Amino acid sequence: MAIFKSGVIFEGVDTQDANAWRLAAYEARGGYAALKKILQGAMPQDEVIAEVKNSGLRGRGGAGFPTGLKWSFMPRAFQGDKYVVCNTDEGEPGTFKDRDILRFNPHALIEGMIIGGYAMGCRAGYNYIHGEIFEAYEQFEEAIEEARAAGFLGNNILGSGFNFELYAAHGYGAYICGEETALLESLEGKKGQPRFKPPFPASFGLYGKPTTINNTESFASVPFIIRDGAQKFLEAGKPNNGGTKLFSVSGHVNRPGNYEIPLGTPFSELLEMAGGMRDGKKLKAVIPGGSSAPVLPGDVMMGLTMDYDSISKAGSMLGSGAVIVMNEDVCMVRALERLAYFYHEESCGQCTPCREGTGWLYKVIHRIANGQGRPGDLELLDSVGNNMAGRTICALADAAVFPVRSFTKHFRNEFEYLIEHGKPLVNHKWC
Amino acid sequence: MLSAQSLAKIDREVAKYPADQKRSAVMAALRIALTERRELGQTPDARCLNADVIEFVANYLGIAPVAAYEVATFYNMYDMKPVGQYKITVCTNLPCALSGGVSAAKYISEKLGIAIGETSADGKYTLLEGECMGACGDAPVLLVNNHHMCSHMSPEAIDKKLAELK
Ligand SMILES: Cc1cc2nc3c(=O)[nH]c(=O)nc-3n(C[C@H](O)[C@H](O)[C@H](O)COP(=O)(O)O)c2cc1C
Ligand code: SF4
Ligand code: FES
Repeated sequence: MAIFKSGVIFEGVDTQDANAWRLAAYEARGGYAALKKILQGAMPQDEVIAEVKNSGLRGRGGAGFPTGLKWSFMPRAFQGDKYVVCNTDEGEPGTFKDRDILRFNPHALIEGMIIGGYAMGCRAGYNYIHGEIFEAYEQFEEAIEEARAAGFLGNNILGSGFNFELYAAHGYGAYICGEETALLESLEGKKGQPRFKPPFPASFGLYGKPTTINNTESFASVPFIIRDGAQKFLEAGKPNNGGTKLFSVSGHVNRPGNYEIPLGTPFSELLEMAGGMRDGKKLKAVIPGGSSAPVLPGDVMMGLTMDYDSISKAGSMLGSGAVIVMNEDVCMVRALERLAYFYHEESCGQCTPCREGTGWLYKVIHRIANGQGRPGDLELLDSVGNNMAGRTICALADAAVFPVRSFTKHFRNEFEYLIEHGKPLVNHKWC
Repeated sequence: MLSAQSLAKIDREVAKYPADQKRSAVMAALRIALTERRELGQTPDARCLNADVIEFVANYLGIAPVAAYEVATFYNMYDMKPVGQYKITVCTNLPCALSGGVSAAKYISEKLGIAIGETSADGKYTLLEGECMGACGDAPVLLVNNHHMCSHMSPEAIDKKLAELK
């Protein structure tokens, strides 16, 4: 099983128990107490939003935007349907935490979405789930049915007069639908092509109605915040970085998996929890926040703590919390080639700089990796990147450029060697 | 063109959305249509989507065929090309490649005698490379027929899985 440590979301979840995800088990862990507290004690909408603000919860989907603040952007006076949407389109290479939330604790997400729906006055919610985890989608539908049968969804929830419906939807193989406006297009039954912003979803979202989109882990943190209080959540992390966070550790470690630890935990401790380096090899590099985050050399990482501020000060991003660990045997040119191919493959094609640029990045890195690099190729990568970043509708183009810039900066000698000698400095073999 | 069961499943999806937003159900409807064809189709070209099925789904939802066609071609899990009885998609993105993803794809390719992207002559297997499936901690991972995920696919686990997929 893939969860090795728990905090806010996985506290008390026994991943060995095949029924841990069910409603009865969730209620036995204190589940739905937060919803009851709100609806039966009639905690007003503003107070719920204030509590989420005070908790310091920052969006867990990649950008780290404060969740309570986002919720407060929803127009209060709007007459008509409003929506709350969850982003479980987890496709950022290295990230596999939201799948485990669906597999082992789906009711935490359902409860968090109902609370969000209540706080923002929404009629309905949708959870958009990555097509590749179809088994988790089917189980999530069952969990929704359990919640409906227990009276947590539908009309007049717990006799409060609040009505809310929740549905699951799925993607079918397009990374770009993780971008929130592409996700909305897809939910509307269209190609997943991001929208121009503004207008932002809070004013023009699903079907043109006010909509709030949050990541799975963000919603699943909310029941704890309401039940145990913002202060307790805040204290589980560090100032400006409230709570525990799920880190998906992959690559060259002995125990890959999800680790839910306080924000601010030293990276060295996380690495140790993950069983240390596989085969006792040396740590070479780490991508600390999913494939779109700049890579950092291993020795830099060893001095950092795992929180938004520390990682960003070092020039990277905490992103989705996907920690990709690479050992001394990795040829960084080959590693980058994989990522460059991915972004080229997944560009939605709407913006010329992204569509053409991702193709160029891949082409040039591919030829360097194959010993056919030309003098000037590194400068070419720079100039292609400069023509992409910040010039497109969505952030995928930037996400494609960050790895290229950081790999060629921190591991420049490997690129130069390959261009000059036609063979790699590090003799690489995928294990 | 689709069975009564498939149509009932599509109706369930339609009910999730506002009455004037049936189009939202097209993602699921195409998936349901594809699943039926995969289960009933006897040859590779009978297992994938084609213009007739897509048009049928579009008409059923009351949307323009071209709108459904755009969706079917944009999302890469909808099979638009002939496909084997067992479609095996191996993740070879970087996190998986660090833990055996590329080797797993190579092992399957050698074992089945087909290159990545090919379908075996008997129409049984199609082998593809895929992008991150959100399961990198369980690498190597692969999907069988889009919906069944297999984790920790060592050579022994692959042997066992392929023996099941007869
Ligand atoms: C190319 C791209 C892919 C993204 N993929 C995801 C994703 O898989 N999951 C996710 O929650 N957010 C993803 N995001 C971020 C979303 O657009 C959005 O910011 C997020 O869902 C908001 O939730 P949060 O505030 O709770 O983090 C992606 C963004 C971009 C530009
Ligand atoms: S930046 Fe790329 S992925 Fe984003 S909208 Fe433009 S073409 Fe599509
Ligand atoms: S990289 Fe293979 S599942 Fe994520």
